[in-house]
Amino acid sequence: MNAMKPLIPLLLLLLVIAAPPLPAAVTLESFTFPTKAEEQHFKDVIGQLRCLVCQNETLADSDADLAHDLRAEVYEMMKSGKSDQEVIDFLVNRYGDFVLYNPPVKPSTYLIWYGPFVLLAIAALLLIRAVGRQRQVREPEISEEERKRLEKLLGDNAGKGKQG
Amino acid sequence: MIPELGHFALILALSLALVLSIFPMIGSLNNTPGWIALARPAAWGQFFFVAIAFGCLVSSFLTNDFSVVYVAQNGNTLLPDVYKVSAVWGAHEGSLLLWVLILSGWTVAVSLLARHLPAVMLARVLSVMGMVSIGFLSFLLFTSNPFARVFPAPLEGGDLNPLLQDPGLAIHPPMLYMGYVGMSVAFSFAIAALIGGRLDAAWARWSRPWTTVAWVFLTIGITLGSWWAYNELGWGGWWFWDPVENASFMPWLAATALIHSLAVTEKRGAFKRWTVLLALLAFSLSLLGTFLVRSGVLTSVHSFAADPARGLFILIFLCIVIGGSLALYAARAPSVSSGGRFDAFSRETLLLGNNMLLVIITAFVLLGTLAPLIYDALGWGKISVGFPWFNRMFVIFTPFLVVLMGMGPLTRWKHQDPGELARKLRVALLVSVGGGILAALPLLHKGSVWAGLAVMLSLWIVSSLALSLRQRLRYRKGLAGLWQDLGAKGSGSYYGMVVAHFGVAVFIIGVTFVMQYEIEKDIRLSPGESTELAGYTLRFDGVQAHQGPNYRADRGTLHVLKDEREIALLHPEKRVYTVQTKPMTESGIDVGFTRDIYVSLGEGLGNGDWSMRLYYKPFVRWIWFGGLLIAIGGLLAASDRRYRIALRDQAPVTVGKDGLIASGGA
Amino acid sequence: MARYLRYLVPLAIFALLVAFLYRGLSLDPKLVPSPLVGKPMPTFTLTRLDNPDVTISDADFKGKVTLLNVWATWCVSCRREHQTLVQLAKTGQVDIYGLNYKDNREDANRWLAKLGNPYVANAFDSDGRVGIDWGVYGAPETFIIDREGIIRHKHIGPLTIEIINDEILPLVAKLKS
Repeated sequence: MNAMKPLIPLLLLLLVIAAPPLPAAVTLESFTFPTKAEEQHFKDVIGQLRCLVCQNETLADSDADLAHDLRAEVYEMMKSGKSDQEVIDFLVNRYGDFVLYNPPVKPSTYLIWYGPFVLLAIAALLLIRAVGRQRQVREPEISEEERKRLEKLLGDNAGKGKQG
Repeated sequence: MIPELGHFALILALSLALVLSIFPMIGSLNNTPGWIALARPAAWGQFFFVAIAFGCLVSSFLTNDFSVVYVAQNGNTLLPDVYKVSAVWGAHEGSLLLWVLILSGWTVAVSLLARHLPAVMLARVLSVMGMVSIGFLSFLLFTSNPFARVFPAPLEGGDLNPLLQDPGLAIHPPMLYMGYVGMSVAFSFAIAALIGGRLDAAWARWSRPWTTVAWVFLTIGITLGSWWAYNELGWGGWWFWDPVENASFMPWLAATALIHSLAVTEKRGAFKRWTVLLALLAFSLSLLGTFLVRSGVLTSVHSFAADPARGLFILIFLCIVIGGSLALYAARAPSVSSGGRFDAFSRETLLLGNNMLLVIITAFVLLGTLAPLIYDALGWGKISVGFPWFNRMFVIFTPFLVVLMGMGPLTRWKHQDPGELARKLRVALLVSVGGGILAALPLLHKGSVWAGLAVMLSLWIVSSLALSLRQRLRYRKGLAGLWQDLGAKGSGSYYGMVVAHFGVAVFIIGVTFVMQYEIEKDIRLSPGESTELAGYTLRFDGVQAHQGPNYRADRGTLHVLKDEREIALLHPEKRVYTVQTKPMTESGIDVGFTRDIYVSLGEGLGNGDWSMRLYYKPFVRWIWFGGLLIAIGGLLAASDRRYRIALRDQAPVTVGKDGLIASGGA
Repeated sequence: MARYLRYLVPLAIFALLVAFLYRGLSLDPKLVPSPLVGKPMPTFTLTRLDNPDVTISDADFKGKVTLLNVWATWCVSCRREHQTLVQLAKTGQVDIYGLNYKDNREDANRWLAKLGNPYVANAFDSDGRVGIDWGVYGAPETFIIDREGIIRHKHIGPLTIEIINDEILPLVAKLKS
């Protein structure tokens, strides 16, 4: 897994737990693996890499020639015992960060990794202000007793009647 | 001859669109009844000519007229007739013609069904729609003429992309376009209201059914697209966060926010400025989608052939339409009066929260889709954001939306005591948390946190709906009153909400369970050999050659057995179409309510052996079933008697100074 | 006054968006910039295309400014740029080496015999492994390499006279001096 170093621990927690597994990606060549775990490991690694020809597909899904070649390359490397990080570094050195399907978390990509949450904060603030601002014009208050009487009179349809 | 006729018809349609945009609008500002009255005939005329043009293109395909460039590129004599027709919208020029046909159709529909609107307002609405037509008709005529000719005509056509030769994909664009174009109705209502300076509950009531119907079409279109991808693409995927998919999803999200916001504006007169802005936003996103898909600015597996020159035309069009509408908004919005007050804890606030979340989701989908462009344009290097990023963000924000969905129906308008709400929802909370924990435990067949979360969220929605139904029926003589209630005024909206929200719950289960529990197997089989998958036995009976109308296929046979009994016979195929020779996979799928068994052929490996991919996909149908339910809910809501009464009562409605309808309709 | 400004925000955001979209019309989203620019060229040893008994390696590139052009007979765009390469070779301004990528030896030699051979020598990369080391993802691609064997520029896509005059030759001249 890439080293991800987000600043805020809470965000870290969110980012880590909110990471559902990718829909299983697959190849059609029959690469052989001694164990199921190793097969899954291979699939996980190629699922993190991008096909540079069909750029919206992962290395696991793409049918492009280059994808076939790169999968074979990754397979060889993993079979000879290279670690995930070594495989990834190998490809990044040749193709750049773009070969990572998930952009790395570094200052230049803060916009996309933290942007949505900044937006959420701004929107929440605006919402609170918008709702709060209304309070300035208050309608005449009725006491709880009066409210209950009112509800009874209207057969409790006043407040919750229109539910659609 | 026929292509020339079609071309000429388009030119006539453009002139009528010009008439439609100019005269009724000016007439409405100067109160000239004669000019206002031009709106309806102009709308009809426009539709008539566009329909003729469309008919001409269909005819050119059916008669294999390869002197028409577009037909030469996309048609073929071997193509089955039904796909010759769908080939009309299979590529850029023809799909634009479909857009314009649907737009002129909606314009006519508005002119017919919205007769109860004040004439001035209706004139403005139709004019604005006419302006949008001008843009698209000009785009067609000046840069993307479907009737361009080539001499000498080739003897055979380039054939429709084999991927598109499928019933699902034949209907998918028309459904989507009905949705995109339908948003222009809400947009036009919003512009007309801004011009007239009157934004009120009446405007919201008029807009609402149109917006809901357009949203229903968009829902169907997106659901169909996903279902199609699953069936046709051979790897069982059903959503890829591809830029073109996102281009359809963003208007849907904005429109969902809009229909909820319209509910508030109609009932309480609140959120007026926000609702108008959303109406402008929804259509703007539709137009933006058109730009993204046709300009070559983004890489996508399904964009049309890119052409920056066309892209520039659309961009200018965007500036005029969106820029103009937002400028109008900036000018008029400040003078719109604020509507009904509501307390910090009330249904209004919850709906505002719903809107906020939906808009943020729209914003980050836009951010993710445009990220490669933004980074490249700023010189910050090359990045692209893929499935994992979108998924992660979506999964973080959606649960909050679902929480609000459970609270909303039981919350009063204007003021809700939190304690009272908590008491009402106690049962729902118990059921959902309990169910979630059970689903997460490894007891119940491989539990997982995600399954637990999904079950919890779905049960939250469902139990809250049950509580809400119980509460509603209690004041309508219980279950016996259900039948009577269904026909009552206001019930369409309510039951529509119930069905649609239920659809969301079904969808959540479908998505989570298929992603969590799907099993996939890559295997090489010899004829006669069997393999096991999730408790099923699959026996491979070899592959035979098979000839289709315009393709040659290798057709495999697999028997699916459960406990020795055969339950399905699958025929996955590897097809090579006669003209476009890229191989295509037709998967063999055994469809089930709780699971699919999915087989794709790989490569022939000699000796009759074949490599193939097998999938066990639990609950995958619930994804599209959920989508369908959402669409049905929308239809129920749009068919609410409130709107139909207004329709029947053809007399124009007068609107009092307080913005509420003074007489006539319900 | 601030109250009115608030309503201009959507328009302002839209204007920003349009600026990006406009810029995007002149960019190619499929281009992948190479991280190898500014780094030493990858080491390799391959057989020569015209003679399988002779090898060619990165050492052969040192000491002069060179171009490495990645091509193949199955690549339609390579066919388009071929005559341009032949013309460039004729000017003698720079030595052009070729990397024949995932091709068939006979086909490739026949192709060059028929269409002209602008290359000083061709390395035969039949399985594309060396291509991967060079970050090749779509032929044709052309690298400019300086005397010390450092990659100075990568051009993706077919070469045209304009590109050669505007992009390639000025850099070559600079590296030579």
